[in-house]
Amino acid sequence: MEQNNYKGWLYLLPAAAFLGAFLVYPLIDVFIYSVEEGYNFASQTYWGVGGYNFSYVLHDPYFLQALKNTFILVLITVPVSTGLGLLISVGLASIRRLRELYQTVYFLPYVTNTLAVGLVFMILFKQTPYSDGFANLILSRFGAGPIDFIGGPYWAKMLVLCLYTVWVVMPFKVLILTSALASVDETYYNAARVDGTSKMRIFFKITLPMISPTVFYLIITGFIGAFKAYSDAVALFGTDLNAAEMNTIVGYIYDMLYGASGGYPSYASAAAVLLFAIVLTITCINLMVSKKHVHY
Amino acid sequence: MDYEKIEKNALVRQRALKAVTYALLTLWAVLVLFPFYWMVLTSLKSYGAYNAEWVPKLYTLSPTLENYREAFTAVPLAGYFVNTIIFTVITTAAMLLVTVLAAFAFARLNFRGKNLAFTAFLALMMIPSELVVITNFVTITNLDLRNTFTGLILPSVTSVFYIYLLKENFAQIPDELYYAAKVDGTSDLKYLFKVMIPICRPTIITVTILKVIECWNAYVWPRLITDDESYFLVSNGIQAIRENGFGRDNIPAMMAAVVVISAPLILLFLIFRRKIMAGVSRGGVKG
Amino acid sequence: MNVTLQNLTKKFPSRSKKGADVVAVDDFSFEIPDGKLIGLLGPSGCGKSTTLNLLSGLLKPTSGRIFFGEDDVTQLPPENRGVGLVFQNYALYPHLTVRQNITFPLENRKGKDRLTRRQREDMALEAAKLVQIEALMDRKPKELSGGQQQRVAIARALVKMPRILLLDEPLSNLDARLRLQTREEIRRIQRETGITTVFVTHDQEEAMSISDQIVVMKDGLVQQTGAPQAVYDDPKNLFVAKFLGTPPINVFDGQVQNGRLYIGSEAVLEVPGVSDQAVTAAVRPEGFILSDTGALTCRLSGVEVLGRDISVVSTHERCQNAAIRSIIPSQCQVGGPAVRFDLKPGKVFLFDAAGNRLF
Repeated sequence: MEQNNYKGWLYLLPAAAFLGAFLVYPLIDVFIYSVEEGYNFASQTYWGVGGYNFSYVLHDPYFLQALKNTFILVLITVPVSTGLGLLISVGLASIRRLRELYQTVYFLPYVTNTLAVGLVFMILFKQTPYSDGFANLILSRFGAGPIDFIGGPYWAKMLVLCLYTVWVVMPFKVLILTSALASVDETYYNAARVDGTSKMRIFFKITLPMISPTVFYLIITGFIGAFKAYSDAVALFGTDLNAAEMNTIVGYIYDMLYGASGGYPSYASAAAVLLFAIVLTITCINLMVSKKHVHY
Repeated sequence: MDYEKIEKNALVRQRALKAVTYALLTLWAVLVLFPFYWMVLTSLKSYGAYNAEWVPKLYTLSPTLENYREAFTAVPLAGYFVNTIIFTVITTAAMLLVTVLAAFAFARLNFRGKNLAFTAFLALMMIPSELVVITNFVTITNLDLRNTFTGLILPSVTSVFYIYLLKENFAQIPDELYYAAKVDGTSDLKYLFKVMIPICRPTIITVTILKVIECWNAYVWPRLITDDESYFLVSNGIQAIRENGFGRDNIPAMMAAVVVISAPLILLFLIFRRKIMAGVSRGGVKG
Repeated sequence: MNVTLQNLTKKFPSRSKKGADVVAVDDFSFEIPDGKLIGLLGPSGCGKSTTLNLLSGLLKPTSGRIFFGEDDVTQLPPENRGVGLVFQNYALYPHLTVRQNITFPLENRKGKDRLTRRQREDMALEAAKLVQIEALMDRKPKELSGGQQQRVAIARALVKMPRILLLDEPLSNLDARLRLQTREEIRRIQRETGITTVFVTHDQEEAMSISDQIVVMKDGLVQQTGAPQAVYDDPKNLFVAKFLGTPPINVFDGQVQNGRLYIGSEAVLEVPGVSDQAVTAAVRPEGFILSDTGALTCRLSGVEVLGRDISVVSTHERCQNAAIRSIIPSQCQVGGPAVRFDLKPGKVFLFDAAGNRLF
């Protein structure tokens, strides 16, 4: 076929312009920022080039707190949401009646505004002078509490953050796992049944290996997503996350950039590059593990 | 072997398993729905009644719409709403135009460097938005575009993933259609709008819906780029309401605002349920 | 062990809400003798696969009973029936090796039936030897050819010493050469193990060649059962006559008058005892005798050489087939625009308008 050299690029031009200006250039720039020491936002000048920004960030107690929070969040929510997602999807796959209704309900959190529903979660868990809140009402039934989940001890705050994160990420996992389960050929199950295989064994020996590529995909995207956690925390604990001890790495980046403690794009860049390095490392490890364990 | 016993046991076990399954599924459904119920419930309680409840009540006998009036009058909720609609419509429209043109170039046209360019595009999918937001913030600030729709919209237009999704769909249209159109003297642009877009309408609708969801829930970028309330989107609006909203801790009114903000997307979802779920399972990730 | 099916009926609810139930198997009674190979035969949708699934327990009958020996297993779940099932697409677990696939059913045994790893491996090897795949034990299914996968599937079904072996279209996914080889193989394995075996097929040649008995089904109803040769030689109705045999039987519109069968105006055969009426006459390809004075005159279209025999292809205006195929010894000379045949009495069947056998 003839080659329309200029024409193809013409169609591509708007996309290329947008991507160049807001994706490629910033990507290069963030690495440059991260090594420019003493960058001044107002005058746009800097002293020199080096690793000081990284060193500053790594010694900043707020960053270390954010790092710790993010890791705890990742290590709790990824396994919990993946496991729970599997359980629910297997349940969904085994029923006929009401299945569409359940699927629709389970997907609802995906289409809601994280900030808005986070506010509801906060109210459910918050202890105020007027009321202990709904969560404490349940706890008191078991003779526990009351605990201020929003302004109280660290573990309580972390618990709520994890709960909300799981609630938010479940729709995607259930949706993907349900369609993966539906794609497993039913004759495998029939073959196993005729051979007297128990439900447990069918799940662990047949179903799980068959959908293992999807499970690993979800684990990898789950890790990436959880490392970028931010708006869930804001929704629950407000914009001043450092004060609430609930900041995340992404939150730290934005705080460095803008707001009360902002105006330091160099530090923000250094933190962003660190985040990127962490995510990249974890993803590579995940991929290596999955190569070993995903069967085909 | 006692067949009757085996048969009975099998039946009992099957029933028990089914009961447990439904119980589990219902429990999760309740956990999912409860926050929605709670926000609607609270939004219907009057301010006085809500604050008088030391033990929160799971129902209300005197529902009031007062909070909704309050939400629209005491805070500029309508303004947030209009801003978000403007932002969503323009961003989605611009995204569609840019994306369709690029996907068309990749799927249909031949030009030097196409494969290289496409590979580069795919590589861009890996870039996390957190990395580029810093420079974008600086760029928009330096261009003096803070607190403008231009500043809000420009960096939100790009979407490599949607280009990829559309390109894959475009590429499935048989070449013969293109050649037939060429023989009839149809221009490329006309072919794109008269043939490709109608054929790929389902994918375009999917992409549109996903982008609308994304825009409606956008928080980080709008927060960075707007500090003037009159440019707030709903996410920032709800955060502002939460932090210094109604002058006092008027939670029922806050919940009314939350209901108002959540309703459009939930309605959209209930209408386009299958399309949205199919679209998301093809590769949408919340973010 | 013999298997008895008593008035077995399976209905499926209609797809549309108001439609009547679909009857997949209708009042099926049959006794499968111990240690025999039974072919369930019929066109697609005739209910043969449903029957197989009723035997395996994957489906429960709407009414009727199934006995394995003396035991009523009608309501027994599949795992307690001790059946070996080979699926049409083999259903080999793709993530497990051949060895793991074969030992899989053995690992399900619990309590006092539990087997040691050693026992399992020995039994797997034995089953593998039986189907001659012992050299492939550490491969994954996708590394095997279709025929090898088929053997693994059979080994997996046999390893647990099933009371009855069920094969669903065992040869349909194989190419023509492998099909011949595999059907002999199935016959051999069945003879060696002596396990009562039921297999389902839509290919009459396949069923005829290896079965001890065949069951011909159509629209959920059993048409005829019996030894393959007996069914072939004595079909109960037109469907069975048409369904069995290659080349297919030649069907003519005929008329019986005074104990004679007329095709067109020619009296072709004495048919004593049949009253005067319009009939459908079906003639096996080997039922034609080439003769210069033959009663049936056909227009010659061609001759196909088969080696030992030749197939004479001709046409006749009263024939329902597009072409008449007759198998005659190759030493016969055929020529000219017309051929004349006499008909062999035992190879001609007469049916009434409803398709029931008259003669």
